[in-house]
Amino acid sequence: MTEPVLSVRNLGVEFVTRHHALRAIDGISFDIAKGEVLGVVGESGAGKSVTGLAVIGLIDPPGRIAGGEIYLSGLRIDNLPPEQMRRIRGKRIGMIFQDPLTSLNPLYRIGDQLIETIRTHTNLSEPAARRRAIDLLAEVGIPAPDKRIDGYPHEFSGGMRQRVVIALAICAEPELIIADEPTTALDVSVQAQIISLIKRLGRDHGTAVMLVTHDMGVIAETSDRVAVMYSGRIAEIGPVRDVVQNPLHPYAKGLMGAIPTLASDAERLVQIPGSMPRLSAIPPGCPFNPRCAFVFDRCRIERPEPIAVGTQAVACHLYDTAAKDTAA
Amino acid sequence: MLAFTLRRAIQAIGVMIAVGIISFSMFRFAGDPVNQIVSIDTSAAERAAIRKSLGLDDPVPVQFARYFANAAQFKFGVSYQFRLPVADLLKERMPATLELATCATILAMVVGILMGVYSALKRDTLLAKIFQAVSLIGISLPTFLIGILLIYLFAVVLGWLPSFGRGDVVRFGWWTTGLLTVSGLKALIMPSITLGLFQMTLIMRLVRAEMLEVLRTDYIRFARARGLTTRAIHFGHALKNTLVPVITVAGLQFGSVIAFAIITETVFQWPGMGLLFVQAVQNVDIPIMAAYLLMVSLIFVTINLVVDILYTVVDPRLRSTIDRPA
Amino acid sequence: MSDTAVPHQANPNASHAGATPDRWLRRALASDVFYSFRRSRLTMAAAAVTLLFFLLAILAPLLAVQNPFDPAQLQLMNSRIAPLWTADGQSPFLLGTDEQGRDVFSAILYGLRLSLVVGVLGVLFSGTLGIMLGLIAGYFGGAVDGLIMRIADVQLTFPAILIALLINGVAKSMFGNRMDAMSTLAVLVFAIGLSFWVQYARTVRGSVMVEKSKDYVAAAQLIGLPAPVIMLRHVLPNAMGPILVIATINLALAIITEATLSFLGAGMPDTMPSLGTLIRIGNNYLFAGEWWIVAFPGFALAALILSINLLGDWLRDALNPKLR
Repeated sequence: MTEPVLSVRNLGVEFVTRHHALRAIDGISFDIAKGEVLGVVGESGAGKSVTGLAVIGLIDPPGRIAGGEIYLSGLRIDNLPPEQMRRIRGKRIGMIFQDPLTSLNPLYRIGDQLIETIRTHTNLSEPAARRRAIDLLAEVGIPAPDKRIDGYPHEFSGGMRQRVVIALAICAEPELIIADEPTTALDVSVQAQIISLIKRLGRDHGTAVMLVTHDMGVIAETSDRVAVMYSGRIAEIGPVRDVVQNPLHPYAKGLMGAIPTLASDAERLVQIPGSMPRLSAIPPGCPFNPRCAFVFDRCRIERPEPIAVGTQAVACHLYDTAAKDTAA
Repeated sequence: MLAFTLRRAIQAIGVMIAVGIISFSMFRFAGDPVNQIVSIDTSAAERAAIRKSLGLDDPVPVQFARYFANAAQFKFGVSYQFRLPVADLLKERMPATLELATCATILAMVVGILMGVYSALKRDTLLAKIFQAVSLIGISLPTFLIGILLIYLFAVVLGWLPSFGRGDVVRFGWWTTGLLTVSGLKALIMPSITLGLFQMTLIMRLVRAEMLEVLRTDYIRFARARGLTTRAIHFGHALKNTLVPVITVAGLQFGSVIAFAIITETVFQWPGMGLLFVQAVQNVDIPIMAAYLLMVSLIFVTINLVVDILYTVVDPRLRSTIDRPA
Repeated sequence: MSDTAVPHQANPNASHAGATPDRWLRRALASDVFYSFRRSRLTMAAAAVTLLFFLLAILAPLLAVQNPFDPAQLQLMNSRIAPLWTADGQSPFLLGTDEQGRDVFSAILYGLRLSLVVGVLGVLFSGTLGIMLGLIAGYFGGAVDGLIMRIADVQLTFPAILIALLINGVAKSMFGNRMDAMSTLAVLVFAIGLSFWVQYARTVRGSVMVEKSKDYVAAAQLIGLPAPVIMLRHVLPNAMGPILVIATINLALAIITEATLSFLGAGMPDTMPSLGTLIRIGNNYLFAGEWWIVAFPGFALAALILSINLLGDWLRDALNPKLR
């Protein structure tokens, strides 16, 4: 088996305040293979975005990586010196942020921002970089790129700006793209275009994609595999088809019940009662236990570790076959 | 763009008319102009004659129109103290003030921006904290105290710099400059520091706050995610976005620098318009006061207008919102 | 009235920014104990110095060795004596004397009185004027609002010192050049008050605008209560925090302005000197080496303004971190 592009092992991220350290990410592990799209889904505050920022090395103080390892094609990157990590950012890992309206510097032409990024990571001359920038704009579907390259960000619509952001993220042909809620700030009609663009780019270039979103619909449409996050942990991870059709974790079950489909005959969407705990108030044992319909004593004491069930892995005591007899 | 400029110009004219009314009211009603001209033993008949010859019997709107028409041609009447046309006095004093204000502003901007950028990027260093403390003291110390302190140190104790005056000046037509002689330059140092210090602390605080704000924005985060060098991010992206509002404020402040020069010029006996104005206030020389108000307002309004237009040139977002038909 | 001024109970309108001052205060104090402590040591020192200056000013007649405003108590033979600890010092002149034989220490105490009186009255005057104009502008809106705020805009572009000087000059011209000290004081208060009203007006107007759109104003009108009364009760307590901050910072500005006017010879006369006047007089003797005539009043003035500014900075951070 070939080496995964991204391999995260037991990653922990904490935010240190004057009083205590809050664990935003608590020991998560996952891989993304070449050309694969991994969807990361969960409620806001579940740690999806922080995971993405940890991978690209942009966790700002008071946050810090508190444990675990991150490998990019076999190279450990979580403890690289800042200057080496900078060279990886933009070149080997591209990132797309949520809001295209604020991701671009308003005072610079988009061409300047593209050329600047290209020339940071390659030896191209200014004219060559400009040609490459025009090609990139064409590739992400911006009409008349040779003219639009001299435009300022405010002259582009939201969807077009997100295309520019994507062009900036892929301009050095990265192995991995982290897309943090790339469609959330966009109109519904534009969302599908951007999603299919990201999917196409991943396929054409063999890029691994980590797609962070709270929208299960987007994941179902785009991803090969999906990781469901809850309170800084991965509740369940597996192929999209399997997780959507046969969710194992009680939280995942609730989440899948919340996908609206045309075929669905349910009168109402299923709702999970309660809300995700704040970082400062995560209960012991399984963080989902206060909201879980299947909770039993062990859930309140012992933290569940991922258990392989078919193609999926689920962190839930319900699937611990060895202990099942005692639980029942 | 043209419509915007025109609208701003009309606003500026409106402000000038308002200031003109105040200036005229001072000139006309604050103290009877006749009393300032005649002596105590002038007879009532003579007073009436003078009153008539000055046009003070005409309806007030007519007088105002006349005053305004004269002011537009820089005819501000005759100073009570000097018995000379106010316009000539102002013209003679203007180069000194403008030179001082320009030097002070350049000093304030260069040093203020450097200090501000440093204290934003190296927030927790000792030097940055010293800058912060110095800026609080700079805002708290009245200008004239700073001037006195400098004079005591560098003129009285050390004897390095002259304590008053402009030094030797070179004349070009009606303009005089102290920038071309050694004594002129030496004389410029302390007044420039004194006058510029307040703006400097203001600019430093503004640059620091703006830059910290900009460094938190999404586009800086995205620039980091693109792997740009720290240098490119700080001095390319962050600095440019910081400087747009800073330059606006600094430009607008140029007007107040000219007005604040009143204090500095008094401390250093600098022969500029400010010193003339203070002497006018002390001696109740209303024509000079009224004319000074008009002149300073004109400078203010012009700067405001220029800065507004420049701002739209620097910031492409504004340019397009203005260009778009309303 | 008292229950609206100190709204301890949960007030439904307290949810928006700039709500009850003491809640902000409590939150700011509880938020970061360590930082607050470190910060407040400086603030407490500033508060202590400010308090000391006010006490010195109030107790001036008890502490001073002479009344510097009374020419009969000054003797020319005592003129220009160096401070007590120098070789030429003479008792009882702790900080030396000036050219008229005035004891510098006593002159500072009395000068402090004048500076503080002008500063406090100036702030009260500008605050009252600004709050009233802000209420009027916010309540009536439309043309009245436009006019008041346009004047505010224009005035804000002119430095306060210029406006104060102009008012001073005009007053001198109208009341004659030989004004007595008390009317000079009144003119100073008036000039300073007129120079600093804009910030209050803007703050209060903003507050009124927010309140005006709220349902309770409409509801109050429906049941026949006069809207202005209802709004006043809510607007003023809500705007109190920012007003307090502006007032503190303006107190420092007013004292600077008074000192500057007096220094420029457009303020308190030599016969009844404020700190600024003392500095102007002393400045003339700097070259003769008689530094104490200017140094001590200058130091007193700088210390006073710095302490008040520190208090203002702290208040601003504590009451409303957004107000910059």
